[in-house]
Amino acid sequence: MSEIEIRHLTKKFQVEGHTITALNDVSLQIEKGDIYGIIGMSGAGKSTLVRSINYLEKPTDGQVLIEGVNLGSLTARELRKKRSDIGMIFQNFNLLEQKNVLKNVLFPLEVGKRKDQDGNQVKLNKNELKQIARQLLKTVKLEEKEKAYPSQLSGGQKQRVAIARALATNPKILLCDEATSALDPQTTDSILKLLKEINESLGITIVIITHSMSVVTEICNKVAIIDNGKLVEEGLVSSIFENPKSDAAKELISGKKLTYSPVNSLESKKAVRIVFSDNSAYEPVIANTILKFGLPVNILKADTRNLSGKAVGEMILGLPEDDTISREIIAYLRERGLKVTEVGNEI
Amino acid sequence: MFEQATVTMLLTGIKDTLYMTLGSTIVGYLFGLPLGIVLNVTRVNGLRPNRVIYRIIDVICNIVRSIPFLILLILLIPFTRAIVGQSYGSTATIVPLVVCAAPYIARVVESSLNEVDAGVIEAAKAMGADNFQIITRVLLVEAKTSLLTGVTITTGLLLGYSAMSGTVGGGGLGDIAVRYGYYRWQTDIMIVTVILLIVIFQIIQFLGTKVVVKLDHRKK
Ligand SMILES: Nc1ncnc2c1ncn2[C@@H]1O[C@H](COP(=O)(O)OP(=O)(O)O)[C@@H](O)[C@H]1O
Ligand SMILES: [Mg+2]
Repeated sequence: MSEIEIRHLTKKFQVEGHTITALNDVSLQIEKGDIYGIIGMSGAGKSTLVRSINYLEKPTDGQVLIEGVNLGSLTARELRKKRSDIGMIFQNFNLLEQKNVLKNVLFPLEVGKRKDQDGNQVKLNKNELKQIARQLLKTVKLEEKEKAYPSQLSGGQKQRVAIARALATNPKILLCDEATSALDPQTTDSILKLLKEINESLGITIVIITHSMSVVTEICNKVAIIDNGKLVEEGLVSSIFENPKSDAAKELISGKKLTYSPVNSLESKKAVRIVFSDNSAYEPVIANTILKFGLPVNILKADTRNLSGKAVGEMILGLPEDDTISREIIAYLRERGLKVTEVGNEI
Repeated sequence: MFEQATVTMLLTGIKDTLYMTLGSTIVGYLFGLPLGIVLNVTRVNGLRPNRVIYRIIDVICNIVRSIPFLILLILLIPFTRAIVGQSYGSTATIVPLVVCAAPYIARVVESSLNEVDAGVIEAAKAMGADNFQIITRVLLVEAKTSLLTGVTITTGLLLGYSAMSGTVGGGGLGDIAVRYGYYRWQTDIMIVTVILLIVIFQIIQFLGTKVVVKLDHRKK
């Protein structure tokens, strides 16, 4: 049984007489312990999708199952109870501005109930609750800030409070909607690291919504790509990164819009994207290619990325215009164990 | 400067004015606060949208607020008599003041609550809070400084209206000003009452602002 299963989810909004289909027949499964990325451009439907996972958004069609329980079959009260099993953090942190850090973390414990490992509610007195809240603040490394108010904290600190708050009820799932989008790169890194730690130490399944590929490659093991309300690609981050099939995936990986119009500044008419995995990194492939074919190849772009702790190289090569030769080069590169995708002359 | 009797009268006037102002503010909030909450909750993007309930309260508020206070005062005389047993004096004046203030307070409360960040409400929902918990633990808490500013403004408004009720024998400083200044041409007494009203108004504003600043944790 999957931790989260989404079946044929469709969500439509009625806006001034016309219908917006924010999600169109999306199905996916998220397993226990996954750090699952959902990536897409702005307006693709990511927030709607993640809000459906805790039924803040009721689907027009389809089902959401959490540990096999169909949320659509629950009463309002049961649904609220279920929601306390699912923590959530947001781009804008959404802390209570008039309450201090400790009280913010206590909030979910006061409105809901903490559960033990077996999912039974535990009754705790005020002091025990405070103990739990302080422990959580320690986890997010903010123990000395318990008396501070959100307005006195930096963005990264606010998100840490939000994470502590989301963990207070001992949830099994943590939903993150653009949780690092308002943060600078360094702070983003530290928050992602914290999420990874939480995933490893508490075994919490994490769903990360983002429009940034680097967030996905940094900590996610699986990823779904949403484009225009549709799920266009889904699978292990490593395989999608090495061999993206959909335009949306290629765009997100390259960080550029696919245009399909000739780019004058690039000399080559034909380009390929190659990805080095660790077994191919020892052989000087590019040099060998040039030597073997006696023709120049143009390096248009080169980059390395950190894919869940594994260094992976990416390169875009401009090939000679001759079709036969460039096809031979591609075949040669593939033989050397490289993933090669033709990208035409758009990058 | 004044005779003992005049001083006593002015002191009683202050006491009556404070009694009417604070009394009508408190009773006004007893009605206006729940109405304001209902307006916020039933509006289009509220916790529980309900067009019918919203429209009914909305229309009633607008009707009452569009009637000038002095006319309301006269219109309500039979109603006041039925409730208090008489239509003049400080206690009787509280009735029209409350009728006038409740819809005003409802609006002020509604707009304070509307300012609460939708994201925070969303977070509370995601944590499994029910609507009652969201109202009491999120909306009223996050809006508290704005609500208190509303209380300050309302109190100032009701101070002015309580003085206005002096024209129909409402008691308090306004009553004194009308009786001495208007009917007997004792301008000095009228001026003193006006100064007293201004001082009371300033004190209310000062205290209100002080409390708001002290309780606000948003900017520091
Ligand atoms: N409450 C709503 N009412 C109407 N349209 C909405 C609502 N929420 C989202 N949408 C629309 O649904 C689409 C997807 O939105 P969203 O899920 O927020 O995208 P993303 O998070 O990927 O940027 C957008 O076209 C947006 O305008
Ligand atoms: Mg979004």
